[in-house]
Amino acid sequence: MRLPEVDAVIIGAGAAGPIVAKELAFAGWRTVLLERGEWNTAADCRKDDLRNQRTSILGHPFGPEDEGNPRVVVERDGRLRVVEPSAGGYHNNAACVGGGTLSYGAMAWRFHPHDFRMRTEYGTKVPAAFADSTLEDWPIGYDDLEPYYEQAEWEIGVSGDDSTNPFRGERKRALPMPPLPPTREHEILWRGALRAGLHPFHIPMLRNSVPYGGRPGCMRCRWCVGFACEVDAKCGTQNTVLPRALGTGNLTLRTGCQAQEVTMGPGGTATGVRYFDANGERQEQPARVVVVSASAIESARLLLNSKSNLFPRGLGNRHDWVGRNLQGHTYTGAYGLFADDVYDDLGPGASVAICDYNHGNAGMAGGAMLANEFIRLPIQAAGIRPPGVPRWGKGHKDYFRTNYRRLVAVQGPTQEAPTFGMRVEVDAEVKDKFGIPVARLSGLKHPHTIEVGNLMAEKAEGWLRASGAETTWKKGAGQGISGGQHQAGTCRMGRDAKTSVVDENLRIHETENVYVVDGSVHVTNGGFNPVLTIMALAFRAGRHIAGAHRVRG
Amino acid sequence: MKRRSFIAGTAAVGGAGCGRGEGPAPGYRVLTENEIRTLDAWCEALIPADDAPGASWAKVPRYIDIQLTRKFRRLLPRYREALAAMERWLAAAGVEGMAARLELMEQGKAPRELFADGGKDAFEMVLAHTLQGFYGSPRHGGNRDYVSWVLLGVAPVPVRGREQAETGKN
Repeated sequence: MRLPEVDAVIIGAGAAGPIVAKELAFAGWRTVLLERGEWNTAADCRKDDLRNQRTSILGHPFGPEDEGNPRVVVERDGRLRVVEPSAGGYHNNAACVGGGTLSYGAMAWRFHPHDFRMRTEYGTKVPAAFADSTLEDWPIGYDDLEPYYEQAEWEIGVSGDDSTNPFRGERKRALPMPPLPPTREHEILWRGALRAGLHPFHIPMLRNSVPYGGRPGCMRCRWCVGFACEVDAKCGTQNTVLPRALGTGNLTLRTGCQAQEVTMGPGGTATGVRYFDANGERQEQPARVVVVSASAIESARLLLNSKSNLFPRGLGNRHDWVGRNLQGHTYTGAYGLFADDVYDDLGPGASVAICDYNHGNAGMAGGAMLANEFIRLPIQAAGIRPPGVPRWGKGHKDYFRTNYRRLVAVQGPTQEAPTFGMRVEVDAEVKDKFGIPVARLSGLKHPHTIEVGNLMAEKAEGWLRASGAETTWKKGAGQGISGGQHQAGTCRMGRDAKTSVVDENLRIHETENVYVVDGSVHVTNGGFNPVLTIMALAFRAGRHIAGAHRVRG
Repeated sequence: MKRRSFIAGTAAVGGAGCGRGEGPAPGYRVLTENEIRTLDAWCEALIPADDAPGASWAKVPRYIDIQLTRKFRRLLPRYREALAAMERWLAAAGVEGMAARLELMEQGKAPRELFADGGKDAFEMVLAHTLQGFYGSPRHGGNRDYVSWVLLGVAPVPVRGREQAETGKN
């Protein structure tokens, strides 16, 4: 049924949607926020090592459900495979209020200033990275985002200390919370980094180290990334900006609602959103402004499923850019075994990082931040072993019981060279439980990305050796596309409507009132976890939208 | 596109071998006594007891049996087929021959008349599930008394008021 018109409808209550909702609600806009999942809380923290957002062997608690939400994956040999959300290849993030921010590891990175201008930095120096890639500068730079990075750090809450990182962009204000006290592993790696001439610092984290925002500090348990925080010390959108936005009385949150299409008027003006509500009934929500914040894969799917006279191939897709350039990160790194126990059972685990290799690697375009890994529960570590150690039998058991507490992992998210071929389409045949065509994923990594990733693995191994690891081995780069929790790039931001999907204010080219606000708009995804950049862009877009469109009196 | 193959996670292969007409073993949900006996020896060879318990004591077969009625239900025909093949293969040697046979399967060198691919698929399937049942949460039926966590030196930390969520019911 057709509902009363509102000022704005936002699709997706993940990392970005609730931030835009908060900015608009505070500006007096009557706003509706649609979320296909449920509102989970700390009470839903089950600490189940086989069923969580990171290790989904037996499923995952924060969505989407395995039943009725398939995707299609195109294999390297061209075969099509239908996958369910908890299976590999689906590239799931989450489907719940807060999205990935409910259960993430919560690293809170600002991108490096160079990350916004990859062509300027590397176009002539590293031509290999540009052959058959869409590597490009962003239309905005670090300085444009700096105030919004700060806003995200303070409104949502970040702990850490990057004052000893000489490679960071200018920061006007320190982080609101100090880092957690160091673990044994942190101290070992810190000293090793200094010995190797590197520059270690405390990772910024969207996690309370002390009471902040009305919630307690981290209790340092083993169950962090992939789980909801039992004491609600992780800072997501669901426990920060969203309650504040609801407090204005201007925002309505509707859960269990799956968007079907953005409805368009005769020209470039959207009229609202058609969706299925929690009872499976079709609804139409008219709105003066439509904001798509469903994450890179689902936002692209929604736009491609929104066909109109002006956009017969999908909203914003007149030049075939929607769904292109899908990128997450190429994770590579190394493992090290130490002579003595390094495990002291203090979460969250990841704490020390270096940015020495994000840029300036000879012959390489970009690189990665390197950091120690989150605590590995036994099932997560059971497959990690040096070459030559058996996978089963007495050899496995002896190795694992001796070395579980001596293992350190260092890894990093290598920045990828996006390509046209790494992409999201909608499948012609497979549909979800509502009959909406589902996302189809295909493509292979750019060869340069694999080179950079493998170099980062060498650097990680070097750091472990300098820290005293006796046995080390590398984890190199895979060939397949990345996406998952870091998915980005599918609705590129740019000035030219022919080579991008949204403008620098994140409005879809040739539309009056449709915005995409999530990782989709990233031109490149930095050598860092992307969430703080998504949040900063959302604060910036929210402020812009509130100023650019007049609300009815 | 002309052809597409739908493989929803794992395709079910037809042809349940043994077990037809027999009920589940006492205390189990789906696998028969013969099947449990073979699976128990298979898992135990993958993670054997020494001075600390192995997969059998940890109730790894119970984990697999429970999941074969839930998340892994589509794998039941493949399990039945693999266990029947292993049973035939072991008929002469008995379970003492298990480890040597698993080594052959890992390399895909098991007799083709028993395992069409030389055993690699079945080996990988049971190994993955055995690691899960041995190292995963006891609430799913394996890792009895957190035996693997104690072995690794990360004893479970009881969280006040959350024991139920931590351990579930065995």
